[in-house]
Amino acid sequence: MIQGIELQHILIITTLMFFVGVYGFLVRRNLITILMASELILNSVGINFVVFNKYLYPTAMQGYMFTIFIIAIAAAEAAVAIAIIINVYRRYKTINVENVSEMKY
Amino acid sequence: MNVIMFYILAAVILVCSVLTVTSRKILRAATYLMFVLIATAGLYFLLQVNFLAAVQLMVYAGGIVVLIIFSVLLTSHIEHQFELAAPSKSIPAALAAIAGAAICIASILQFDFTSRLAEQTTSPDIRQFGHAFLNYGDGGYVLPFEVISILLLAAMVAAIMIAKKNKQ
Repeated sequence: MIQGIELQHILIITTLMFFVGVYGFLVRRNLITILMASELILNSVGINFVVFNKYLYPTAMQGYMFTIFIIAIAAAEAAVAIAIIINVYRRYKTINVENVSEMKY
Repeated sequence: MNVIMFYILAAVILVCSVLTVTSRKILRAATYLMFVLIATAGLYFLLQVNFLAAVQLMVYAGGIVVLIIFSVLLTSHIEHQFELAAPSKSIPAALAAIAGAAICIASILQFDFTSRLAEQTTSPDIRQFGHAFLNYGDGGYVLPFEVISILLLAAMVAAIMIAKKNKQ
């Protein structure tokens, strides 16, 4: 725990970060920036797990473990997503979501 | 000292995450994302979870950001600026985000956390993480650990297969 910092302050910051990510996910039109917004969301959730573990159950390990698995899954997700994005770029010469709509129907 | 440091990190996280989703140049957005991730690692150091901070720095700030910057360089023109999102799209998204944040913050402020705070005894060191990862007894994580190693292998093979050029 950080001396002099309440749990709520950290939670408010991660909440704001999460919803900034949600806003970016909804507004952005480029596939890579959408991926960045989802990284923001995952990152804020990871901070939340660590903070709850640290402040409320300091002897347990579950929160830290969840954060490690979140980081690993984010890495796998980013690798596969970027491979797909590069493939889409090769085929359509753009990664704008509005122009890549062939699989929509 | 800790308090000042925490608020500096919090300001970096908030400002840079807003810039990540609003910057009009994609490479700048990636750089701001890197600042957010590094500030998060600083937050983990401040919480004295050193192993997690090191993992965050290595995997997120070292790996994922480099991957994103590579793909930006492969797929976009550096000088290209996005046009601003149309207000008919950005205003509903902003409203949804603000409403969600307001609901979450209201419920966080209402809940009584102070009576549940536990006394701080130890910070986990890397030895405890190692024991937890390879322990198959109570509170052990050997099964998720193995599953995630299979997942990473599968993701690696899948990424190579997808990005490979078709030979025709």
